[in-house]
Parts: sequence; C-alpha cells; structure tokens
Amino acid sequence: MSSQVDTTIRGLTEQDYQWGFITPIDEDRVPKGLNEEIVRLISARKGEPDFMLEWRLRALRHWLSLEREKGEPRWANIKYDPIDYQDITYYSAPKNRPVIDSLENVDPEILRTYEKLGIPLQEQKRLAGVAVDAVFDSVSVATTFKAKLAEIGIIFCSFSEAVQKHPDLVRKYLGTVVPYTDNFFAALNAAVFTDGSFVYVPKGVRCPLELSTYFRINAAETGQFERTLIIADEGSYVSYLEGCTAPIRDENQLHAAVVELIALDNAQIKYSTVQNWYPGDKEGRGGIYNFVTKRGKCAGVNSKISWTQVETGSAITWKYPGCILQGDNSIGEFYSVALTNNRQQADTGTKMIHIGRNTRSTIVSKGISAGYGQNTYRGLVKIMQGATGARNYTQCDSLLIGDRCGAHTFPYIDVRNSTARMEHEASTSRIGENQLFYLRQRGLTTEDAVSMIVNGFCKTVFRELPMEFAVEAQKLLGVSLEGSVG
Amino acid sequence: MSLLEIKNLRAAVEGHEILKGVNLTINPGEVHSIMGPNGSGKSTLAQVLARRDTFEVTGGEILYNGKDLLRMKPEEAACEGVFLAFQYPVEIPGIGNAYFLRSAINAIRKYRGEDEMDAMDFLPLFRENLKLLEMDEKLMNRSVNEGFSGGEKKRNEILQMAMLQPKLAILDETDSGLDIDALKIVARGVNALRGPERSMLVITHYQRLLNYIVPDFVHVLVDGQIARSGGPELARELEETGYGWAEPATQQALPA
Repeated sequence: MSSQVDTTIRGLTEQDYQWGFITPIDEDRVPKGLNEEIVRLISARKGEPDFMLEWRLRALRHWLSLEREKGEPRWANIKYDPIDYQDITYYSAPKNRPVIDSLENVDPEILRTYEKLGIPLQEQKRLAGVAVDAVFDSVSVATTFKAKLAEIGIIFCSFSEAVQKHPDLVRKYLGTVVPYTDNFFAALNAAVFTDGSFVYVPKGVRCPLELSTYFRINAAETGQFERTLIIADEGSYVSYLEGCTAPIRDENQLHAAVVELIALDNAQIKYSTVQNWYPGDKEGRGGIYNFVTKRGKCAGVNSKISWTQVETGSAITWKYPGCILQGDNSIGEFYSVALTNNRQQADTGTKMIHIGRNTRSTIVSKGISAGYGQNTYRGLVKIMQGATGARNYTQCDSLLIGDRCGAHTFPYIDVRNSTARMEHEASTSRIGENQLFYLRQRGLTTEDAVSMIVNGFCKTVFRELPMEFAVEAQKLLGVSLEGSVG
Repeated sequence: MSLLEIKNLRAAVEGHEILKGVNLTINPGEVHSIMGPNGSGKSTLAQVLARRDTFEVTGGEILYNGKDLLRMKPEEAACEGVFLAFQYPVEIPGIGNAYFLRSAINAIRKYRGEDEMDAMDFLPLFRENLKLLEMDEKLMNRSVNEGFSGGEKKRNEILQMAMLQPKLAILDETDSGLDIDALKIVARGVNALRGPERSMLVITHYQRLLNYIVPDFVHVLVDGQIARSGGPELARELEETGYGWAEPATQQALPA
C-alpha cells in the first residue's frame, strides 16, 4: 500500500478521543481497598436488606479465595500489568444525591455532561421513544418515563431502587444466570456492585419504548461495577440499549459489570451495546479495562435473546455475551463489531449453550484491527446431550487495516448430540489497494473509501441495531450511513 | 485545445519499465482505440491515466484539459472527469450499487462546488440508464459487483460511466469475457454516450469490439511505444495479419 494511503488510514484510525471531558462535581466515596468492612459499608450506604448483604459477603469470600489461589483468569489473549485490587475505590456517588424520580433535581453539571454526550435525557427525546436510566459513576441519577411505563406494568429503575421496592423479584432472579461463582470478575462485581439497571416486563406486554442506559465513569481511580438484571415474563418483548463513555485519565480504570437476562416462555429480549470507553492514548497509556460478564437465559419455550454489540473503546475488552438455550425451540443470537486500533486489545466473542430441543443460535462476529490493535474472537458453541435438533450458524470475519495489527480466532465447538447441525464460516481480509483504487477512481477520497469498505464489512451487524444506535455506531467507526435509495 | 496530450510518457512497475515514450493527443469528442499484443503496456497506460500510484511515472508529461494530470490523485482525476472502466471490476461487500453510485456522484459534485443530488433526482436517471444497459433493478440492491457475472460486471462499469458523465472515458478491455449479445449491449451503451463533449480511449486486444464501437483513430501499442496509427481500417488490417509483425524478432525493423 502506498505511503499516502497509509497516512490517511492512520489519520482515520488515530482520531483523538472526543468524549474525554471531566465533570467537576462533589463525590461521596468510601476509602480505597476491598474487604468485608468495605462491602458492609457499601451495603449500608445503599440501605440494603439483609439478603443482599449476605449475598455480597458470600461473593466476597469466594472472590478472596479465588484471588488467593489462582488470581485473575489468564487464558485470554491479552496482556496487562497486574491490577492492585486494594488500590481501587469501590464506591463513588455524586454528593448532591438527586431524588431519582425527578429530572429537575439532577445536578445541572451532570445534565450538561449528558448533553455533551448527546444522551437523550430531555423531554424532546420523548418523541424519539427512548427512556433512559443514566448511571453516573455508581449511582443511577435519573430514570425517565418510569411513570409512563409503570402504567402498563413495566418496572424500569435503578438496581438500588429495585432492591428497595421489588426485593422479591431481585431475590428470585439475582445471580441465577451469572452466579457469583461464575468467574473472578463476576465474584468481584457481586461483592461491590453499586448500581445498575433493573427491568421487569410483565406477561404479554410489549415494551413500547427502547429502554436505554448510559454509563459513564467520571471519578479518578474509581472502578465501575454495575449490575443489570432484565426479566421478560411470558410472552413479553423488550429492547434495551446500553452506551458507555469515560473521560481521559492516565491511569487504567477497571470496569467489571455483570448483565443477566431472563426470558420466560415465548418472551424476547433484544440487548444492544455501543461501547466507547476511553481506549488509552496512542502509546497505550491509560484506558478502561472492560472485564464484563453478560449472559442471557432463554428459560422458557420459544423464547429468544439477541445480543448486538459495537465495541470501539476500552484499552482491553474481555467479554463474551452468551445465551443459555434451556427452553425448547429457544433462539440465541450474537452480532458483534469489535474495533481495535493503536494499542487496544480485545478478546471477545460469545457462548451459546444448547440445552433444550430444537434450539437455534446465530453468531456473526466482525473484528476490525488497525494500528497495533490485537483483536481476538473467542466463541463456544456447546450442544448438550438432550439438545436434539439443535442448530448453530457461526460467521466470523476479520478485517485488517495496515500491517502492524493482528486478528486471532479461537472457536470452540463441543457437540454431544449427533442430531446437531453446525455451520462455521470464517474469513480474514485486508482492505485491498484494488478496492481503494476502485473507489477513488470514482471520486471518493481515501478516507471516505476506507469508511465505505469498513461500513460494508459491518453491515450485517449494524442492520441489527435500533436506528438511533446504528447512527451512533457508524459515527464511532467514522463511516456514513447507507442511504435508502434504490 | 486538445483534451488529452501525452508527451513521451515513460512508466515502470517495480523498477521494470513498461511504457517507453508514448505520445498521443486526443481532442474533445474523439474516440481513439489502442490495440496491441499482450504485455505491450495497454493496461499500464490506462492505469497511469487514472493515476494508480502502484505505477511509477519515470518520464514525460500528460496535459489533461490544460492541467498537469500527473500531479493529480486518483480521486482528483476522477472529479476532473477521467473515468476508467476496469478490466477487472472490484467487489465491495455490504455496499449497495445505488448507494455507491450516489456517493460517487456527490463526491464529484462536491469537488466542483455543486449541490448534492438527492434521491428524487437520482432515481429517474438511474432507472433510465439501467434500461439502456438492460440491467435488472433488483441487481442494484446487491452489493457492488458482488455475485455479478463477468458480463454484468462489465455492464455495471458502463452504467457507472453513464451516471458519472465523464469528459474522458477509458475502457480497459471492456470486451474481454463478453458474449456477442452482451457485447452489443455494452457497445450500445457506449455509443449512446458519444458526443462532442466526451472523448474516449478504447483499449482492446481484439478488433471485434471496434465493429460496434467504431473509433476515429486506431493506435497500435508495441513494447511500450505506439508503433502505428491510422483510421478504423487499421483495426481490420490487424484482424487479418495479427500482431505477428510486432513480435520482438521483427521489432528492430520498425520505425522508432
């Protein structure tokens, strides 16, 4: 590739992080470090019932034993310096704690932050049909449209509020998809998580809005440990959007979230993420460590859970949103675009566990590597003995931009029922000089030509995103949306 | 003023000289054909004119519309009205043909300081040209050239040319891989675009195409130089004699 094309590609992939502002607000923090005292303090600050405190303490003990015996999981294709878990602040809340029901009571600084981010908090956005639960550092500051949703029985609130007002639901489902024993970071999250979102959609209700949470890490040396729990009762439907950004800081910040989804008989959950955490600078200093456990359980018959993710941020991404397909005829889907540039590392993919009969799963993964970025797809498709008639289709494509990056693929397939049908397609391509020349010969600049090729590469995933998110995702990748001509 | 003036052009690929002093002048509205044996430099000339930077220009100059073409990037040349119909059109997965074409039109319009073409103006023009080239509109919902047959790809190139309305159209072996019916359709499309404002450079190995696109001038490129020039009758002569006379053994006997 010519040096001029190379320069343009570098320019395109090295755009500065534009969401790096810091909001000056008072915070209420607990001391650094992790021990039983801190967990008790967090639980007390949040005024939690005993069952929550007990659960947290069990998680903490489990985490401590893991840390003592094995430490963090080391199997992922990522490299980073050891994390000092005693040097992290596990709770940080804005001091002017707002009354969570009213937008007027939210600190104006926070609202301005959200405005900068372009988050649809304001009333005008009501027309766009988006309800937002915004998590600022660890506390959910505003939940909009709650009343409107409550009219049809939908509960959409912060996790803290759910613990207070709907303890039975929380108790029934918390940890049933991702138990605290699942992995090191899931145990850590269970011990210290401070907030998150909670959704319950009752039987037969189709949620009329796209529910949305916007996470942002603001305070220095803070970890963000949020927890999301979504329950779709029989015959219901909900679409949930999650977006993330963080300010620029020199040090690395830890983000260890847990998301649990439960779909009962004939229910559907669509979960979309656009993740744009601060990726660190060009030399790899700073940036978010995004160690996240996301899993959905298709508990009921004919249920469906669909994950769509666009991952462009974080210094390190370690995340495998998966589905446990327990109910007969249930469906799991995973659509992913992961972009790594500069020194970013991503080890991401999915797990599809087929338990019920005639269960189906679809995996479409698009990895884009630029700069010195290292992009790994890691996926597990497991067909259990009883999963007669199970089907999986996996498509796993990698696109390389420049010659200093890497793409890696680790698909694991474990089939224990001979009736299973598995398809696996994989490709690795490079943006070719001939493609670029073709587009430039038609009048497009190199930059637009690269954008167009990347956009085309990701199209099957973007198509799965809700419209508003698709636009944001494409902006993030520096590409323009395909028009509706033709 | 001539539209294109190539003076003593020399070009190399990876240090290997392919064009060894090409001279050619094309006036507005003229259709020139370049013929020649394989490896004579026909496609290299086309790529250099389209400013592909894998070809290194080692000497000479090219004036296009009074401007120095060799200083232009590929997209600048395209926006100035140079169009290359590719010998091997490239696939762009995930990008629809109509969207691609509208992006190209608007990139060129932007360069010229004109307003963008909206969908309302685009569609009728698009449909008209699809009809001219007997192309199915359904094909246009697919990605650029993806899953197209060889003939469909070539027709798609001429469709793009019809939409982009270039001043200088270079057709690089557009006839290769076409059956006679497809060849006629392509030729009809090309002939419909002939006019006083548009010049064409038709590159071909075979005379067959020139029965349908009748050029004003024919040039024979041999070993990186234009060995002979003439009218359409030269193409017919070559059809009978072949390029045998231009084999290396007899080459020294040719006038420089």
